[in-house]
Amino acid sequence: MEPVIVFDNVHYTYPADEKESLCGVSLSIEKGSFVAVLGHNGSGKSTFAKHMNGILVPDEGRVLVEGLDTSDEEHIIDVRRRVGMVFQNPDNQLVANVVEDDVAFAPENLGVEPKEIRERVDAALRQVGMYDYRMHAPHLLSGGQKQRVAIAGVIAMQPDIIVLDEPTAMLDPQGRREVVDTVFSLCREKGMTVVYITHHMDECIDADRLIVMSNGCVMADGKPADIFANAELLRREGLEQPETARLLQDLRASGMRLEGEPLSVEDCAELIAQVLQSERSRS
Amino acid sequence: MAEIITDKLCHVYSKDTPFEKTAIRDISLTIPQGQLAALIGHTGSGKSTFIQHLNALLQPTTGRVLLDGEDINRDKYARRDVKWKVGLVFQYPEYQLFEETVYRDIAFGPSNMKLSKDEIDERVREAAAFTGVDEALFERSPLELSGGQKRRIAIAGVIAMRPEVLILDEPTAGLDPAGRTQILDNIFRYREKSGATVLIVSHSMDDVARFAERIIVFDDGGIAMDGTPDEVFSRSQKLVEIGLNVPKAAELALALRRRNIPLPESVFTHEQLLDALLKAREGKAC
Repeated sequence: MEPVIVFDNVHYTYPADEKESLCGVSLSIEKGSFVAVLGHNGSGKSTFAKHMNGILVPDEGRVLVEGLDTSDEEHIIDVRRRVGMVFQNPDNQLVANVVEDDVAFAPENLGVEPKEIRERVDAALRQVGMYDYRMHAPHLLSGGQKQRVAIAGVIAMQPDIIVLDEPTAMLDPQGRREVVDTVFSLCREKGMTVVYITHHMDECIDADRLIVMSNGCVMADGKPADIFANAELLRREGLEQPETARLLQDLRASGMRLEGEPLSVEDCAELIAQVLQSERSRS
Repeated sequence: MAEIITDKLCHVYSKDTPFEKTAIRDISLTIPQGQLAALIGHTGSGKSTFIQHLNALLQPTTGRVLLDGEDINRDKYARRDVKWKVGLVFQYPEYQLFEETVYRDIAFGPSNMKLSKDEIDERVREAAAFTGVDEALFERSPLELSGGQKRRIAIAGVIAMRPEVLILDEPTAGLDPAGRTQILDNIFRYREKSGATVLIVSHSMDDVARFAERIIVFDDGGIAMDGTPDEVFSRSQKLVEIGLNVPKAAELALALRRRNIPLPESVFTHEQLLDALLKAREGKAC
């Protein structure tokens, strides 16, 4: 697979700090993949994300977005056009009085033709399931709806990559589900590359890849099933094991033979039920 | 002593305008002294409107709120005094820090209570200890600290008033799992030492399943369920219908029952689920 973002030994220290917030991060993100990033508060996740579209540029090392160096000021507009960002607080990201104006904000600034803006805005709002609300006032929407409008605003720019920094932190469970489903559909149906930062383990079980950050370094990088099976690592990093992984682990410790690492509730229940039933038929 | 009673509490926003909206209707509840209760419900179900009545930030459209038997809205002095007895910590309280130093921010509440300087100092140190705020931070600006530290300072600011009732609106939102556990432990420690009544609004069913003595479920401005975690989570199906989550262990138990694995109704924590599955397994083996 083709890498769309490459970090090459990236170091970064905030101006007021002495300690490095990123200490030599090297990795590449594949086109069309869904990459979730976990780590405790202050682990460097947001700093990492902000390097992906040149909000921050490395003190040392470099970041390439589709081959463009983010430190090169000539490329910065191009980089930002390719990488859209969504942040935690939807109220800080919406600027217009009407939903569709808000979504049109970026393409207008990019000088897109009015006819095409119309098409992009409609398509983006449909993609996030907010087309019926296009004439509503953003401030009267629920948190999940606002966040989906913010995502539509990013999609209307037609970026290749979308980076979301804890987009569900301020939402209730229903709003969280809406946003998570929307983001997965962008990746699976539209082929967008997604980098998704979260504190909620259950939001990343379907990700292609999981990166765990700690003290500015990549502490683990692999498939969700492998990382979530590692209770020791998660505990050390102040993260939680999803209930499914924890249950499988404890049942195995009691002598049940469970193969595989199904993380979704349905798959996990299916595996346990099958094993219990086959044990019964044997005895 | 700090028992809260709400008597047929109703609140209508923007009454007699085209935007009129009934946020809560006919809520009658008794929350006895020392209880640790969780309020759950989705956005717009009326939880926040309800808790803002408990220290007279909002006045009922109809109905009453009683603290230890007395109407908290009986006159303007009562309405002021109740704010010292019933401490309210809002969502994302770290955005409400405003003083120049951590110490002064925590001291703000008690400073308005006409206490002596020594008394204020004692309370600030006590509140900081409860919430795990290091005294070394006292002279720092709260605005330059991390999100988790700011949140603890904001909670300390309310605890410094030594409220008899402590109400927190989603105190763990946006924190990492370790931060969530820490904040909850701080709150429980205050409750244990002070005997305060504690109400926590939460979206995290897994947290609620672990700590609450009582769960009050709001739906559409009314109370849909009210009982012990056992009682509420044994009706997981109903919670799902209201559009709420259930703890992950309860969700797994529902999925296993659908696959004909016999599990008791009252399974909603990891330990209970593990235990029930091991029993189901033994039962089958012999």
